[in-house]
Amino acid sequence: MNKIFETPLYPYSHGPDEDAQVPVRHQVVIVGAGPVGLAAAIDLAQHDVDVVIVDDNDKVSFGSRAICFAKRPLEILDRLGCGQPMVDKGVEWDLGKVFFDEREVYSFDLLPEDGHQRPAFINLQQYYLEEYLVARVRELQAEGKKIEIRGRNKVSAIGTHPDHVALEIDTPEGSYNIEADWLIACDGANSTLRAMLGKDFVGRVFEDNFLIADVVMDADFPTERWFWFDPPFNRGQSALLHKQPDGVWRIDLQLGWDIDKEREKRPENVIPRLKEMLGDDVEFELEWVSIYTFQCRRMEQFRHDRVIFAGDSAHQVSPFGARGANSGLQDSDNLCWKLKLVMDGKAPESLLDSYDNERIHGAEENILNSSRSTDFITPKSEISRLFRDSVLNLAEAYEFARPLVNAGRLSVPCTYDGSPLNSSDALAGPNRTRPGSPCPDVELPGGYLLPRLGDRFTLLTIDADAPDLIEEDGITVERLALSVKDDPTLLLKDRYLGDCESAVYLIRPDQHVAARRPAYDDLQFRAAIRRATGKE
Amino acid sequence: MADLILTPNIDGADDFYADLLDTHDGMDTADSHALNARLVLVLANHIGDRAVLSQALKAAAFDQKEDTQ
Ligand SMILES: Cc1cc2nc3c(=O)[nH]c(=O)nc-3n(C[C@H](O)[C@H](O)[C@H](O)COP(=O)(O)OP(=O)(O)OC[C@H]3O[C@@H](n4cnc5c(N)ncnc54)[C@H](O)[C@@H]3O)c2cc1C
Repeated sequence: MNKIFETPLYPYSHGPDEDAQVPVRHQVVIVGAGPVGLAAAIDLAQHDVDVVIVDDNDKVSFGSRAICFAKRPLEILDRLGCGQPMVDKGVEWDLGKVFFDEREVYSFDLLPEDGHQRPAFINLQQYYLEEYLVARVRELQAEGKKIEIRGRNKVSAIGTHPDHVALEIDTPEGSYNIEADWLIACDGANSTLRAMLGKDFVGRVFEDNFLIADVVMDADFPTERWFWFDPPFNRGQSALLHKQPDGVWRIDLQLGWDIDKEREKRPENVIPRLKEMLGDDVEFELEWVSIYTFQCRRMEQFRHDRVIFAGDSAHQVSPFGARGANSGLQDSDNLCWKLKLVMDGKAPESLLDSYDNERIHGAEENILNSSRSTDFITPKSEISRLFRDSVLNLAEAYEFARPLVNAGRLSVPCTYDGSPLNSSDALAGPNRTRPGSPCPDVELPGGYLLPRLGDRFTLLTIDADAPDLIEEDGITVERLALSVKDDPTLLLKDRYLGDCESAVYLIRPDQHVAARRPAYDDLQFRAAIRRATGKE
Repeated sequence: MADLILTPNIDGADDFYADLLDTHDGMDTADSHALNARLVLVLANHIGDRAVLSQALKAAAFDQKEDTQ
């Protein structure tokens, strides 16, 4: 057993809040120190918010769970100070192979685009991400930020009030109460807060079981994603092999519906299956094994007054497509700047409803994609299996059928089309940077674009005049002036101008486009700032 | 928007029909179904136009509802 699963990362210690006569009030309490809760806490602490994370555990989450992290979450982690260690430790990959029966049907290359600081995907065990996030929390504490993680602090009751939330927390030494102006519920797919508030979580359960194993082996399989449909070693089912750092490999084996989970999980049953897959001569050791039934479901609303759900507590997807943690980090990215403006009185509380609107849109997109992948991987009827197999057979012979093969559509950020925060598009520019889009990165002589957008409102001007600073009703917007003259790769032009001569973009703190026009127009951009902060 | 053609459009209809049956000749039902599925996918890719494809799906399902696109 890997010792990282056993070492407490944030052990319980008795804190002053436990002895207070009157419950201590914090600005924000976050329930759950998974990837999403930790990311949200760091984001808020970086903006000088007083934040407490409580978790009923004190270690990284058991098993490696998420392994595949996409570019957008890495960019978000950059802003939180954790992107670099992820990329340094992670395994980069862009090749994949699809097998059907005994044959390789085709291989693909993700062909990552040029001009991005971060790779399209890396593989890394979720426990490393959690470890880096906790290290970042410690760093912020050392800088004097008000951020705390309380291990073995389990929320056992919640009370909601018009101006705060009250919590009862159980610790190894008894229970205590605290209060929060705002509560972010990041307590995972089996969220106890959701249950305590009586909110439902509806969707689809896929009647199938998957054995997920991480094995340590010294094998020379390449750094590629290998996916099998109906292989000889797992007839009628599917399988996946993917590399992680430290010689750890992720293996998924579909098992079907009518199985005895406890039996299948035992090493004496797992090992022969893996031997059949990997070959008898490969030496390996089991690091972690679990059996999952996958679901796609979400809460009807993520915001319930002062209690806001983010990550798996708000939505759950099957892991084909790696959309769980990746989308949870985008929830937190979307929420934190809004919450900060509301707490500072710079935006109306209704701005938080746009979190609901935008992230429900994101969740729907993720659920749609991962449901479709699941339907392809585990056909539900004879006819869907027939079409699935036909697609695979055709894919081997003809290129046209390859886009129909769906072994997981890997996570990409969603564009908030139709968001109430968007101003209507006034530039005949590239579609990919229309209002609502996440800003694509660009390599420029002075460094990459995204870090320069930072985490505040920015007015990006490309060969256009504009004031260096705009103040609109408490919101400060700084200008970043660029020119295609300093764009040797022409990627800035390609991604932000298209055929236009000039452009002005209003960019939100989460690096999504709020508005764009060919030139600066004071009235229009002030209106756009108000709209992007929920004031119109 | 292109419209699905639902009037006669194949030159030598009898020849085409004979070709279709010839291709299936001697196959067992499972293989024939698989061939049909592949044929649908090949033809759908050739058509490409999503609007025409939706009309074709509806026409084949005898779905009378007005196309709302
Ligand atoms: C096999 C598998 C493979 C996956 N692969 C990927 C992938 O490749 N890419 C990807 O992006 N995602 C993947 N995921 C999904 C990913 O693991 C989750 O989306 C992610 O962990 C969600 O993070 P979270 O912070 O929302 O919740 P969690 O990580 O579940 O954290 C919830 C936390 O809340 C705490 N908690 C719960 N109740 C209470 C309470 N009452 N009081 C205090 N604390 C409480 C728990 O202890 C826990 O620490 C995968 C998942 C699985 C199972």
